[in-house]
Amino acid sequence: MIRGKVFKYGSDVDTDVIIPARYLNITDMKQLSAHCMEDIDAGFVNRVQPGDVIVAGDNFGCGSSREHAPAVIKECGVSLIVARSFARIFYRNAINIGLPILECPEAADRFSAGDVIEADLENGTVTDVKTGKVFKAAAFPEFIMNIISKGGVLNCLD
Amino acid sequence: MTYTQRILAKGAGKNEVRGGELCLCELDLALGNDITVPPAINLFEKHFPDGKITSRSKIVFCMDHFTPCKDIRSANNVRQCREFARSHENILFYDVGETGIEHCFIPERGLAAPGGIIIGADSHTCTYGALGAFSTGIGSTDLAVAMRTGKCWFRIPEAIGFRLSGSLPEGCSGKDLILYIISMIGTDGALYRSMEFFGDGVASLSMDDRFTVCNMAIEAGAKNGFFPFDKAAEAYLEETGAEYDRAFVDGNLLPEAAPESGEYIRIIDIDLASLVPMVAKPHKPSNSVPVASLKRTEIDQVVIGSCTNGRISDLRAAASVLKGKHVAPFVRCIVIPGSQKIALQAIEEGLASIFIEAGAVFSTPTCGPCLGGHTGVLADNEKCVSTTNRNFVGRMGPVSSEIYLASPRTAAEAAVNGYIGGALL
Repeated sequence: MIRGKVFKYGSDVDTDVIIPARYLNITDMKQLSAHCMEDIDAGFVNRVQPGDVIVAGDNFGCGSSREHAPAVIKECGVSLIVARSFARIFYRNAINIGLPILECPEAADRFSAGDVIEADLENGTVTDVKTGKVFKAAAFPEFIMNIISKGGVLNCLD
Repeated sequence: MTYTQRILAKGAGKNEVRGGELCLCELDLALGNDITVPPAINLFEKHFPDGKITSRSKIVFCMDHFTPCKDIRSANNVRQCREFARSHENILFYDVGETGIEHCFIPERGLAAPGGIIIGADSHTCTYGALGAFSTGIGSTDLAVAMRTGKCWFRIPEAIGFRLSGSLPEGCSGKDLILYIISMIGTDGALYRSMEFFGDGVASLSMDDRFTVCNMAIEAGAKNGFFPFDKAAEAYLEETGAEYDRAFVDGNLLPEAAPESGEYIRIIDIDLASLVPMVAKPHKPSNSVPVASLKRTEIDQVVIGSCTNGRISDLRAAASVLKGKHVAPFVRCIVIPGSQKIALQAIEEGLASIFIEAGAVFSTPTCGPCLGGHTGVLADNEKCVSTTNRNFVGRMGPVSSEIYLASPRTAAEAAVNGYIGGALL
């Protein structure tokens, strides 16, 4: 079960603000993650706790294909991203590295910063812990769940 | 099936595929650059200790983003790519001095061909749809998997059709067309979908215009852009010596084999003759308006180049404006050819002289300033007119800087005027 505090963002959060290109000469993900969300939310890395959840609007992760973007979010301890929709390369990269994501427009609209979320990936449900309200997202097919539970697609090929 | 679906069906070994279906496809080409290859190598070496590249597809590494290397870290990253390529004979490795910006270089080198299935660890890999390929951006993990297996999984995309008629008016280019389209459908208007272009108007678009249009399909969220394989594409490919499956192309990808309207979830009609020069205001490519409607905006820098607009016809358009004129006081103009071949051509045609005499910088090929890497990073609060593809917050420098996306002609006019919008040159 996923449980964490919400960090809320709007639509079209692009991979340049998630991890600015000026840092992409750093290949160590731990070092790189110190700059996660720097150009949209400079204090993010100091406030985020393991298990926290990002909630955003449409087209999250648009722009560059840099896999560094989902990788630094995962490295910061974020357990889930809920958005109205995801840009397709980000969607693919997040699954490929085993970072859980859910498309759920209703939940994305209703949550505010600081709310506490619980999520069940197998059933595709997102719960507002304060109100008990449950939102339904499309659950992942089995092969995607397998990739996420193994921590990434490469762990499925070994 | 749409054009794209026909290609993916072939790659999946099926007679037919439908939108939404998941397929595993054989790849023809997988590529990466100096930013995305190092993570792919690290993953590859961790997960495949025997180090064997068993893919049957072409594997290409182009060193283009932070090159010629801007700092020690970048130099070490390129060295990692170079050493890996040196110890794996089936990697086509293109370094400084040979390559240029990957999406300008790969088509001219004959590495992209119609009917091919191409993935690249760079979002602008969608450029090669101009040649009738299925071509899309992926991440470093997909590249590592492709190096091992030669395969990639895809969700078969549905498509939006763009039926083009007429021809572009003088002063308009493929950049104005794609900015207009993105302003109409939005940055996620084609999310998960193909953008397929067809109709009588296609013939009037040069190959360079088509590369620009497909290049920015990603800025509308699209999986790929696609143009049918016509006489212009055939002539382009003949020069490059690219090899392709002629029978498949003739049977599936020609203009006369256009899919029925019902294959598209939406068809948008565009009369090319109605277009005007466009500019995308900060901070989204969808914030595009006619240049003439923009209020006069003083600028600090102009960048002409990138995988979007660094081709020879782009440089010719810019030179036609800059010839005999001078860049405005207190404005920098940086011109970057997309490849070594384009650079040489610009020198031989006298374009390089025009740029330098006009007070512009004529650089070696690189992605440099487009992503705020080097060779033209902005200062706080500066404004830049750029022929690149993204005007996101902080893309070319600090979060306070602003980027206006436009065609090479419009950008060159801005360099001479010192402003964009308001009264024209």
